[in-house]
Amino acid sequence: MLEIDNLNVWFGKHRDRVDAVKGASFVIGQGESFGLVGESGSGKSTILRAITGLAPLWSGRMIVEGQLLDHQRRKTFFKTVQMVFQDPYASLHPRHSVDQVLGETLHLHGFSDIDARVVKLLDDVGLGQKFRFRYPHQLSGGQRQRVAIARALAPEPHLLLLDEPTSALDVSVQAEILNLLADLRASRGLTYLMVSHDLSVVGHMCDRLAVMKDGEIVEVLTVDALRATKASHPYSQHLLEASL
Amino acid sequence: MMGTLLDVENLWVKFPSRNGVFDAVRGVSFTLGRERLGIVGESGSGKSMTGRAILRLIRPPGIVEADQISLDGVDLMKLSEKDMRAVRGQKISMVMQDPKFSLNPVMTIGDQIIEAYRLHNSASKAQAYQKSLEMLEAVSIRDPERVMRAYPHEMSGGMGQRIMIAMMLIPNPEILIADEPTSALDVSVQRQVLDIMDKLVKERGMGLIFISHDLNLVADFCDRVLIMYAGRIVEVCDADKLHDAQHPYTRGLLNSLPRLDMPRERLEVLQRDPEWSVAPSVSARS
Repeated sequence: MLEIDNLNVWFGKHRDRVDAVKGASFVIGQGESFGLVGESGSGKSTILRAITGLAPLWSGRMIVEGQLLDHQRRKTFFKTVQMVFQDPYASLHPRHSVDQVLGETLHLHGFSDIDARVVKLLDDVGLGQKFRFRYPHQLSGGQRQRVAIARALAPEPHLLLLDEPTSALDVSVQAEILNLLADLRASRGLTYLMVSHDLSVVGHMCDRLAVMKDGEIVEVLTVDALRATKASHPYSQHLLEASL
Repeated sequence: MMGTLLDVENLWVKFPSRNGVFDAVRGVSFTLGRERLGIVGESGSGKSMTGRAILRLIRPPGIVEADQISLDGVDLMKLSEKDMRAVRGQKISMVMQDPKFSLNPVMTIGDQIIEAYRLHNSASKAQAYQKSLEMLEAVSIRDPERVMRAYPHEMSGGMGQRIMIAMMLIPNPEILIADEPTSALDVSVQRQVLDIMDKLVKERGMGLIFISHDLNLVADFCDRVLIMYAGRIVEVCDADKLHDAQHPYTRGLLNSLPRLDMPRERLEVLQRDPEWSVAPSVSARS
């Protein structure tokens, strides 16, 4: 599904150059849920941004569904890969209603039966029709995140990139959103790449995970190994201790 | 628990709105000794409002009402705004959530700490500088001379929060109110900041009110915990017994957390009972 090979991402140039990701490599299979954990500044979100084309300076190889990614993303790419951002307060346009947000996305992706699809999307994320003509400020954080998920699902992608989808939410709402994401993955056969600083969330959602530190992947392991506290790198053990 | 520092009785915070008066905090009572008291709840449960109301930091049109908020026998509700200013900082200090918004972005860290110090103590600039260096060292900041010359944007979140704590501790307050002091920080840095707060509370015999949404953190760090829901206290318990809590809301919150050591297919979703928000507040006075 997704293959990342020796990916480097940097910002700035010459003296100001900051290497955010250094030689990251991992492979995610079809239908798998893969987690990226690490502290802020470890480069985990930068990998997601590089995949979607939001970080222009990179080298290495990224392959999505057998297609080698160029520096310029094609339209078909966005039908395959979509992203859900961390802060549902910042990722929705404050003056666009839910209907506009979803309708515009569907229009851009060339769908014609927009009305029926908006209805379907809202049902799929558990919001229902009464939310269709509301504005973001009339929604709670959890409801906004549901809209953001609906928007990401609109072009019917196969791979969802989740950047800390629940870190801005209360724990009870977090449980609802994590359940929703698990249901959607099962019903649509989606593949997830999920970034989180919370090991227990990744442990709940993912099959395998990569631990990042200072832009490098220090360890890739299965969640079962993590639970059995079989992490071999001292940094992963340190993270594990802090979250138990 | 030795002695009562703060006694809050029947505290209400009200906001008049177009659809009638909204009660953010509804009849909360608790006492604070030389201990670490945790207040947990979800967003909108009134936990931050409780902290702010104690310092009378609720701006109009918000209204604070209480039978008493007494600090060393002085009722804060009856003090003038001028007297209140002597309480804020001197007797009760507050650390806010995000250091990015609490520090002045156009002043160096050093100038800000020195200003805070000289506001509370009559000292020369040189003395204040020395004292500020000591404070920064007390919160385990390496290379304090460099930090004194730096601006807030050059600091990481963890350093910023430690600087805030250093500033709050300068006047040697009796009570520290920490409103989500570590939620903007990484787990490993979180631990560091908590350790520092813990050390200072123990060494100085301060009372700490620790406001947080993180149940596990509070269970770990505090002595006693108040659980708030819809502006009321629904349960009071000792922190080490939090996992045996009885109230269905507390249980629901605990169960909705994913846990590494106990994998589950689906997370439990909290079913809210309208009864909870109607039931009277549990008193945590002793």
